[in-house]
Amino acid sequence: MIAQGKTNVAARYGMSIDVDRCNGCGACMVACAAENNVPPAANGATERTGLTWIRVYRVDNGGEGNERRSAFVPMLCQHCGKDAPCVAVCPQQAVDVDPATGIVGQMPERCLGCRYCMAACPYHARSFNWSDPAWPAGMEKTLNPDVAPRMRGVVEKCNLCQGRLHTAKAKAAMAGRVEIDPADYVPACVEACPTRAIHFGNLNDAASEVAQESHRKGSFRMLEALHTDPKIYYQSKKDWVRETASAPRPGKENARG
Amino acid sequence: MVRLTGKLADGQFITRGVSRCSTERFLLWLAPWVALLVFGVYCAGLCLVKGLNQTNMDNRFVFGLWIFVDLTIIALGAGAFFTGFLLYILKFKELSAVINSAVIIGLVCYSGAMAALMVDVGQPLRCWFTFWYPNVHSMLTEVTFCISCYLAVLAIEYLPVVLKNRRLKEIPSFLVFEFELHKLIYVLAGVGTFLSFFHQGSLGGLFGVLRGRPFAFREGLMVWPSTFFLFILSAAAVGPSFLILTTWLVEKITHKRLVKDQVFQLLARISGILLCVYVLAKAVDTLVWLNRTSPGLGFEAAQYYDWKPFGTWILFAEIVLFGLLPALILITPGLRARRGWLIPATALACCGVALNRFVQTVQTQALPTLSFDRFLSYSPSWQEVGTFAGVLAYGVLVYSFSFRYSQVFPEERELKAARVMRLEIPEEELVEAGR
Repeated sequence: MIAQGKTNVAARYGMSIDVDRCNGCGACMVACAAENNVPPAANGATERTGLTWIRVYRVDNGGEGNERRSAFVPMLCQHCGKDAPCVAVCPQQAVDVDPATGIVGQMPERCLGCRYCMAACPYHARSFNWSDPAWPAGMEKTLNPDVAPRMRGVVEKCNLCQGRLHTAKAKAAMAGRVEIDPADYVPACVEACPTRAIHFGNLNDAASEVAQESHRKGSFRMLEALHTDPKIYYQSKKDWVRETASAPRPGKENARG
Repeated sequence: MVRLTGKLADGQFITRGVSRCSTERFLLWLAPWVALLVFGVYCAGLCLVKGLNQTNMDNRFVFGLWIFVDLTIIALGAGAFFTGFLLYILKFKELSAVINSAVIIGLVCYSGAMAALMVDVGQPLRCWFTFWYPNVHSMLTEVTFCISCYLAVLAIEYLPVVLKNRRLKEIPSFLVFEFELHKLIYVLAGVGTFLSFFHQGSLGGLFGVLRGRPFAFREGLMVWPSTFFLFILSAAAVGPSFLILTTWLVEKITHKRLVKDQVFQLLARISGILLCVYVLAKAVDTLVWLNRTSPGLGFEAAQYYDWKPFGTWILFAEIVLFGLLPALILITPGLRARRGWLIPATALACCGVALNRFVQTVQTQALPTLSFDRFLSYSPSWQEVGTFAGVLAYGVLVYSFSFRYSQVFPEERELKAARVMRLEIPEEELVEAGR
C-alpha cells in the first residue's frame, strides 16, 4: 500500500552541500552505490567508463606552494527545474521531472541507450552501462531488494534514492498519513556523510533546514547562468570556491581542477 | 566452358550500348570491398554482442566517431533529395543525367547511417520505442521519424534504377510496375524533399538545442535553433558538390565519360551560389553566438578557443578555407570550367561540411562546462573504425553493382557513341560538317 501523497503543495526535494565541510572521503559515493545497486567497475573500466551517481571533484584555487587551497565538490544530478536540459531531448520520454517531488527521474526500462541526455547535461551527472553489470561472487546477496539493477546499454543517474521515497510513502500509508515523515526519507549519501556536509529536504517547506540553507549567504548553484534551476545548492564562505560555480574562464584558470 | 557460360550470363545483365569490364576484373574489384564489409560486420557484431565497451566512447564522450560520420554522410547524401527537388520540382531537366547516381548515393548514405546508428545505441532492440513513446519535443525524435520515412522513399526511388536492368526489363509486370512508379516520382520527390529538408534541419538542431552546452547552443526561430537552418543550407550546398566528386571519381575509375560537361557546370554553379549564402549565414550566426548567445549563458566565447588543439584556426578553416574559398571558385565560370579547379573546390566544400559536423559534435563534447573540469580527448577504437569501414565497403558495393547492371548514367551511351564517331571521322571532316 503506497501513500498517494496528494497534497495541496507539491514538494521540491533538494540538497544543500557545505563544500567547506566536505573532506573528500567518498563515503557518499560508496553509500550511494550500495543503496542503489551500482555495480563495481567492470574489468578494464576507467574513471570515465565506470558507474557512479555521485562524483567528488577535488578543486583548488590555482595558487602555488603555501597559497594553494583545495576543496571537494560532490557532483550529482542537480535535479534541474521543469525545463531540465535532459528531459526535452530524450526521444522516448524515458526522462521526466516528477511534478509531485521535483525529482528528475530516469526510466532504464524505456531507455534506448542513445545517450543524448548525457550529451545535454552540463553537469555530467549521468553514467552509461557500457558493460553487463556484475558483482563479485557472494556480493549479489548484499543487493538492495528495493532497487532494480540496470542492464547493459542504458543510462542511469541519481534519483535521490527513489527506493527510499517509496518505502517512506508505504510507511506513511500504513500509519494512515497522507504525507511522509521527512525523517523517513533521507538519501543514502546524506546519511553516510561523516561531516554532515549534505542536508536534504523539501525546498518548498520554508521551515526545513535545506530551504533555510539555500537562502543563506554563501549559498550558490552550479552554472546558474544556464537557467537550469537546479535543486542542489552548495555553500562556502570562500570566494574562490563560490567562483567554481561559474563557467570556465579563458586563460590559466582553465587549468584548475 | 564454365568460364565462358559465366561470362555470357554476366554479360546478359549489362545494359546494351555500354561497355563494362570483364567478370574477372569486376570480381577482383569487389574482393577487397567484400573483405572490408566482412570485417565491418565482425566489428559491428562485437559491439552488439559484447556491448559498447568495445568502443572508446565513455561517460563524457558519449557520442564518438558515429555521430560525426553519420552527420557527415547524411549531409553528403543530401545530393539525393536536392537533385530530386531541382529536377522534379524546379524542372532543371539537365539533372536527369545524374539523378540515378544521386538516388544511389542517398540510399547508401542513409541506410549506412541507420545501420551504424543501430550499432551505436545501447539497446538497438528498443528502437521501436521512439515510434511508440515519441517525445515530440526531442530533435532526435524528428530525426528518427524523418530518416526512417525518407529511407523508405529512397528505397522506392531506387527500385526503378534496379528495374532498368536489361534482363529485368524483359519481365512485363516489372516494366508496368516501373512505368506506374514513374508516375509517382513527382510525389515521391516532393515528399522526399520535405522529409529531407526537415531531418537535415533536425540534425542541426540536435546539438543546437543543447542549452547545457553553450558551445553548441544557438538561438533561433520558434523551436528551431539557427543550426537547424544552417544544416539544411550546408547540406543543400554540398550535396551537388559531392555528386560532382563521385561522378568524377567513377569516370576516373572506369575511364569513361558519363555526364556532359554542362551538367557538371550546372551542379557547380548551384553548389557555389548556395555555398556563398551558407558562408554569409554562418558568419552572421557565429558573430551573434560569439557576442550574444554564449556570453548570455555565462560563457565567454574566447575560452572555447583556449583549449588546444581547437584554436581559432578551426573557425577560420570552417568558414574561409572550406567555405568561402570553394564558394568563390564554384561561382566563377572561368575557374569551375577547369577540372583542375572544379574538383578540388568540390572536395574542399565536402571537407567543410565534415569539419562543421565535427565541430558541432566532437569539439562540443571535448570542451568542459564546469570550471573544475578538464578538456577531454577521444580516439575511436578499431571496432568503431571497422564498423564504418564496413559501411564504406557496403556503399562501394551497392554503387558498383548498380553501375554495372543498371543504367545509372543515361547519357553514357550517347557520350560513348559520340566518342566512337569522333574516332571514326577525322576532326577536319567534323569541322567541315559543322560549317
